[in-house]
Order: sequence, then structure tokens, then C-alpha cells
Amino acid sequence: MTPLLSVRDLHVGFGRDPAAHEIVRGVSFDLDAGETLAIVGESGSGKSVTALSINRLIDFGGGRITRGAIDLRRADGGVIDLAAAPERALTKIRGGEIGMIFQEPMTSLNPVLTIGEQIEESFRLHRGLTGRQATAAAKDALDRVRIPDAARRLKYTPHQLSGGMLQRVMIATALSCNPRLLIADEPTTALDVTVQAQIMALLAELKRETGMAMIFITHDIGLVAGIADKVMVMQAGEAVEQGALDAVLDTPQHPYTRHLLGAVPHFEAGRAARSDYRRPEPPVAPPALTVEGLTVRFPVTGGLLRRRTGNVHAVDGVDFDLMPGETLAIVGESGSGKSTTARAILGLVQPTRGAFAANANTRESGNRAPVQMVFQNPYASLNPRLRVDSILAEPVIAAGGRLSAETTARMTMLLERVGLPLDSLQRYPHEFSGGQRQRLCIARALMLNPSVVVLDEAVSALDVSVQAKVLELLVDLQKEFGLAYLFVSHDMAVVERIAHRIAVLYAGQIVEIGDARSVLSAPRHSYTKQLIAAVPSIDRRHETFALDLRQVPSLIRPLGFEPEEAAWQRFGADHLARAEG
Amino acid sequence: MSLLRAILAHPSGRIGGVIVGVYLLIALLGLLGMTPHDPLMQFRVDRLHAPDAVYWMGTDLFGRDVASRLMLGISQSFVVAFASVALAATAGTVLGLAAAWFGKGWDGLIMRVMDVLLAFPAILLALLIIAVVGPGTWTSVAAIAIVYTPIFTRVVRGPALSLKTRDFVDAARTFGSSRHYILTRHLMLNLVAPLTVQVTLALAWALLTEAGLSFLGLGTQPPASSLGLMLSDSRNLIEMAPWLLIFPGLAIMIGILGFNLLGDALRDILDPKMRRAAA
Repeated sequence: MTPLLSVRDLHVGFGRDPAAHEIVRGVSFDLDAGETLAIVGESGSGKSVTALSINRLIDFGGGRITRGAIDLRRADGGVIDLAAAPERALTKIRGGEIGMIFQEPMTSLNPVLTIGEQIEESFRLHRGLTGRQATAAAKDALDRVRIPDAARRLKYTPHQLSGGMLQRVMIATALSCNPRLLIADEPTTALDVTVQAQIMALLAELKRETGMAMIFITHDIGLVAGIADKVMVMQAGEAVEQGALDAVLDTPQHPYTRHLLGAVPHFEAGRAARSDYRRPEPPVAPPALTVEGLTVRFPVTGGLLRRRTGNVHAVDGVDFDLMPGETLAIVGESGSGKSTTARAILGLVQPTRGAFAANANTRESGNRAPVQMVFQNPYASLNPRLRVDSILAEPVIAAGGRLSAETTARMTMLLERVGLPLDSLQRYPHEFSGGQRQRLCIARALMLNPSVVVLDEAVSALDVSVQAKVLELLVDLQKEFGLAYLFVSHDMAVVERIAHRIAVLYAGQIVEIGDARSVLSAPRHSYTKQLIAAVPSIDRRHETFALDLRQVPSLIRPLGFEPEEAAWQRFGADHLARAEG
Repeated sequence: MSLLRAILAHPSGRIGGVIVGVYLLIALLGLLGMTPHDPLMQFRVDRLHAPDAVYWMGTDLFGRDVASRLMLGISQSFVVAFASVALAATAGTVLGLAAAWFGKGWDGLIMRVMDVLLAFPAILLALLIIAVVGPGTWTSVAAIAIVYTPIFTRVVRGPALSLKTRDFVDAARTFGSSRHYILTRHLMLNLVAPLTVQVTLALAWALLTEAGLSFLGLGTQPPASSLGLMLSDSRNLIEMAPWLLIFPGLAIMIGILGFNLLGDALRDILDPKMRRAAA
């Protein structure tokens, strides 16, 4: 029997002369009904282009299939070559036989239509349902993706739902016509890790229920481990390795696959935590940073007179200290207040209450600004119109310094130290890759010789193998300059590689804090447990997750609300967890 | 230099660039008095002389050489257009940056005033200002500048608002960079591209407004020459001496076309998205 989908020698090019600018060069694979193929690769590897070529959405992105065949076996048994099919035939196939979900659920839905109307549209187009029938079908579709209270949610517009819920709506829309193939293009990348686990569990269940085939595109090889039957690894437009899941993960043949599996930080439940620093007892030096009772609240106004009706408790009484040479990771999901904490320490957000004190770096002299920051997005944190020498000079000028020979010497020293060529000084940010830009940001943060560097998701925007190198660099710099890091991240695998201590933030409060190994291997608070269980990993690929539909509590509190004093339970020398009521 | 090369490589930029270049040269020659004849000299025997080898574009009712007067008119129009656009761009940039940076009350106040100015048709507002102050070259410069300030304010305020929240501005705040440094290095430098496009397009409009004002007798005063004034002076002679209207009319049309083509080309060239696609 012929497979459901058979791609042969697919070439896709872009631009005026597609044959000369090929992004995908000779990809072939087969997919049977009920099978899941994971396409893994870094940005620019051509994985999304390959998938978008299958339903020919690539035509709208300026791409052309220059060579090859994409044979899809249709429901009636006939075979159609999608690479050569006319647009009219494709309209029937898209949505009808091939469903697709995208990375950003927030931008994939029309913000002014209710989600009910958007799901019904698909039923109208492909199944000819109208009126009450379509509404009933839409409600069934939401039920199928386990959205609680589906009948009421149909009347919601997208902004009333969380990212996880929206991605469920997208899945419901994609599945509305029982497609026999679902293409999922990084469907969980924009979501929090616990939500990601829920979506993955949902997809696995739906696959079992419907028997559809799935193509799953991801950069995270750990994520596909639980769901895929076959894996295809792509690099620079070519499939460098493909085969059954266990074969590729356990005995990778191609060096790039081995590199991906090796270089990428995988979560190992505390076994990979750093052991190069122990807090001295009693303390020998004053902490580099102390934060006491940090509270950030944003006013909520309502009514005609815009009266203040409550507060968003973004950060609610956070305490910690940070020793020189130590890394404290603040982990949590979006809305937990981790970035607000970092921004408050830098003075970018005005704290409502609380005190913090930073002490100058004792190891190096000439310290002028004790706390510096590296931002998440290296493309946004460098002014595109300034040359690197101006960028590096800015902190010095801001601190009242001059462009002296000493400053230039420090620039070249730091450039060399972060692994950039010396001629970088005369270049502009767009001439550098994402990883190199983040190195520039790190060099800029070190210009004033700080004692504390706040790293706000500093490696999250980078490709996985670049991530590993930047993390190594950070560890080296920490040892060399005696830096204390406040590492804000949602990625447990990365945190495990860099943190000495971990603080878990949930709804603006620290729920667990302590030694990294202890927190990761034996989490005590129920939220930490949930967070760690949700981290995808190669080791745990055969475990299944239960669907958990708990929602994060609202952070909006009435005026005058004060949280209860935290009660802490001690587990070991350096491990505290908040008692749960 | 690379900008010039990019303009010449762009299809409409090439045409617009050449037109603007030629006009600039003519305006310069006009300013330096290097015209074929004295533009004020009245050749009484050759009144309403049709174009020939001596008088390239003929002569007017007083026997003055149309080609020479046209050159002088172009330089006059250019002086007014450039001066008024320079004033408008400066005022608009300052106001737009202030509105974006200080926000809240300032933003509301500045932008509402700009909305009121924008509510009037350009030529009507200019007429109003001149009616109050009285006609003259520098009055029309001021009037045109006031008319086009709101456009620059909007062009600056929008991008400035989004630049203000970019990470590199936050980063600058964490170093403690001064407001002046952030405004000039981080905001202004990133506004150069949209401003360049807007300046080019505004020059076209300013040329037209100046011609309109002069036509109505409220801009440049005789015996000085201006494109609008030449049209106005000769509108009764259209059947007898059509060259008196055709040449200034064409000069206005081609000039505005040139600036618009150049502006469109600059918009393409300076747009970072387009640049990425080309690279």
C-alpha cells in the first residue's frame, strides 16, 4: 500500500531566481497514517519551509518548489502531487485533508471575531454546515480539545483566553474537518513549559483517537521524544539523518545529530547542576546583592472616572541575597513576576516597597555601577545605527567617563574575552549573528566592571547549540571576574547548567528557594513539582503526562489587600519551601 | 555615497534623482545670476516674442526673457520650499520627540494642537496666516513651515514612541545614560530614515503650495520672479502667447514629479525590511 504522504527529492527556492537560492535541497520522506514525523533543526535549517511546502503555503511566502514530488493519498484513494497541483485543488486540501497549527496562537486568530465564529467558518467552508448545526459542531470541537465550559467560551474573543487555551482553539480549528495529516509548526514554542506539556499530552491523545498522521516541527529534540515515531534531522536545507525515534536518539549516526544531542542542554533532574561553588559558612564577604521584601504593584483602574479599583500584584514580597561568584536562577512562567523582579532591581520599574543593596565588586577596582543587565532579545537590545565601539562606550560615557586609551583597551580586552574578532569595533550590529550579538551585550554589561549581572532570559532567543556556548562563556567570565549572576529563565534545562541556587517564583512570590541540586532533584512545593514534571526530556520519553487544566490565579487584588506572611518549611541546609495551606 | 548609488540603481529613484539634480543646478545658476538674459531687462521691441534661438522660451508682455525668469523663479521657489521644509522638519522633530518622550499631558496638548492645524486645508491655513501677517517671501516661508509642521510631528512621534520602549533604550537607562544621549543617539539616529523620506515628499508639496500662494499674489512680490507668479501674470494671454503658461506649468509639474519619485525611492531604499530582502 502506498504511504499517506510521500515526499521525493523536494527542492524549494526563494527570490527572483528560486533555483539559485534553494533553502531546501533534496528532502525525501514517507509518512503513513497514524504516524508522527518530527522534523528537528535549528533556525534556518529549512524545517519550516519543508513543512509549509507540503500544503503549498510556501507560495504565499515567496517560495517556489523547484524540483521534486509531494504525493498525498487522498481520502478517495487517488493520489495527487501537491508540488504540481493548481491553487484551486489546494484550497480543498488545505484545512480539509491537511490541517495546520502555527507557533503563535495569539497572532493566528482574528482578534475581532469570537472564537466560535472562527471555528464555525471552517465547518461552513469544508462541510457546508450552517447556523445552529455549525455552532453545535464548534462546541463539540472545543470539547474535543478539552476546553472546559466550551459553550460559553465560544462567545469569547481571543484576548479573553490565555496562550494555552488559544493554542487549543487553533488545534480545534485545524481538526474541525478531520484532516488525515496535521502539520504542527513549533506549536508550543511560545507557551510556558507546563502549558507545553498539556498541549503535547493533548496532541498525543488526539492522535490516538483520530488516527491522523502528524508532522511536528521543533528545535527541541527533547520535546519530540515523547510523541514522535520517526525523526528527521535537518541542517542547512538537507535531511542529514532520518529514522525511527529510538534509533536516532540512542545511536545517532550523523555528526550533526550527535552534536545536537550532545551540545543541547537536556534536563537531568539536578544531576547536571554546578558544584563549583559552596556558600561559605559563616559568610566571609558581604553579599553582592541583597533584596528584601521587594514588591511591585501596578494600579488597575476602572469605571467612568478611572478610579483605582485594585492592584496587579506583579511581585509580592520577594527576598533573597546573592554572594559574589554565585548564580541565583529565578525560574517561573510568564506572569510569575520574574522579569519584573529583574527590572525593578535595575530601576526600570519603580518598586512599590522593598529595599535592595548592591555592593561593589571586591575583586576588581574601578567599579562604577554595581548592577548591569543583559536582555533577552539580542536583536532589540543593540541600537542598529550605532557602531560597536559606540555601543561599548555608552556605559562609560553614561558613568561620566571619557573615551580614553584605557576605555579602548578595556573594549578590546572584553571583545577578545567574549570571543569576538577585534575588527568588530568598526562594525554595525546587523553584521553579527544572534549569538555574537548576545556576546556583545555581555561585553557591554561588563564595561563598567559590575559585581552583579542580571541575565533576563539571556540565552532563550538563541539556537540550542549557540546557547550551550554562551552558557560556557558566562561560567568562564563568572570565575574570571568574580561576578554574581541573577539568571532569570523559564528553561529548566538551561537553569540546571548555570545555577548554584534556584528561586521558584509563582504568582509574584517565591515558593521555593535553595541549592540547585536539591531543588531540582527533590522539589518540595507542588508548583515546583509540576514545573519540573513538565520539562520534556529524552530520558523520560516514555512517560505520559496527565492533562492538568489548572489556571494561574489572578494577580489582580482589591485595594488594601496584603498577602499573608509566608510560612517556610526547611528541607536541608539550603532549601526552603513555602508551606501550602 | 552608497545612498546615491542606491538611488541611481532604483528605477524611479534614477528618474527622480536626475530631475531633482537638474532643478538644483538650475536653481543654483538662477541664484548666481547666470541666466541667458537679465530676467528683469525689458526688450521692448521683442514683446510676446515666440520661442526661438535667442529667446528659448519666448518673452512676456514686457519683453522679458521667459527662460531667464523661469530659472529665477525656480531658484525662488526652491529657496522658499527648502527654508520652509527645514523649519517644519526641525519644529516637527522637536515637538514629536517631546510628545513621545514626556507623554501624558504634553503628548495630549501637542498632538491636539497639531490635529487642529491638520484640520485646515494646507493652502487655506497658509492664506489665513498671510492674511494676518501680510504677503512676502519670508511670510510664505513661515506659513508653509507652520502648515507642514504637524506632518513631521506625527512622523516623528509614532516611531519615537515605539523606539522608546525598545530594549536598547532600556539598556541605556540601566547604564544611567543621560536623557540627551538617549534622545540623540538612540531615538534621533533611528529617525533619520523616515525623516529623509518625509522631507523629500514635503519639498514637493511645499513647491506646490508656494506656487499656489504666488499665483494668488500672496507669495513672492513682483518684479521678482516665481513660478506661480509667472502663471498668474500670463493667464489672460493664454491664446496669444501659450508659451508663457506652458513652460512654468511644466516646470512645476516636472519638479513635483521628481521629488515624489525620489521620495518613493528613498522610502524603498531606507526601509530596513526592503534592505534585508535585497541583501
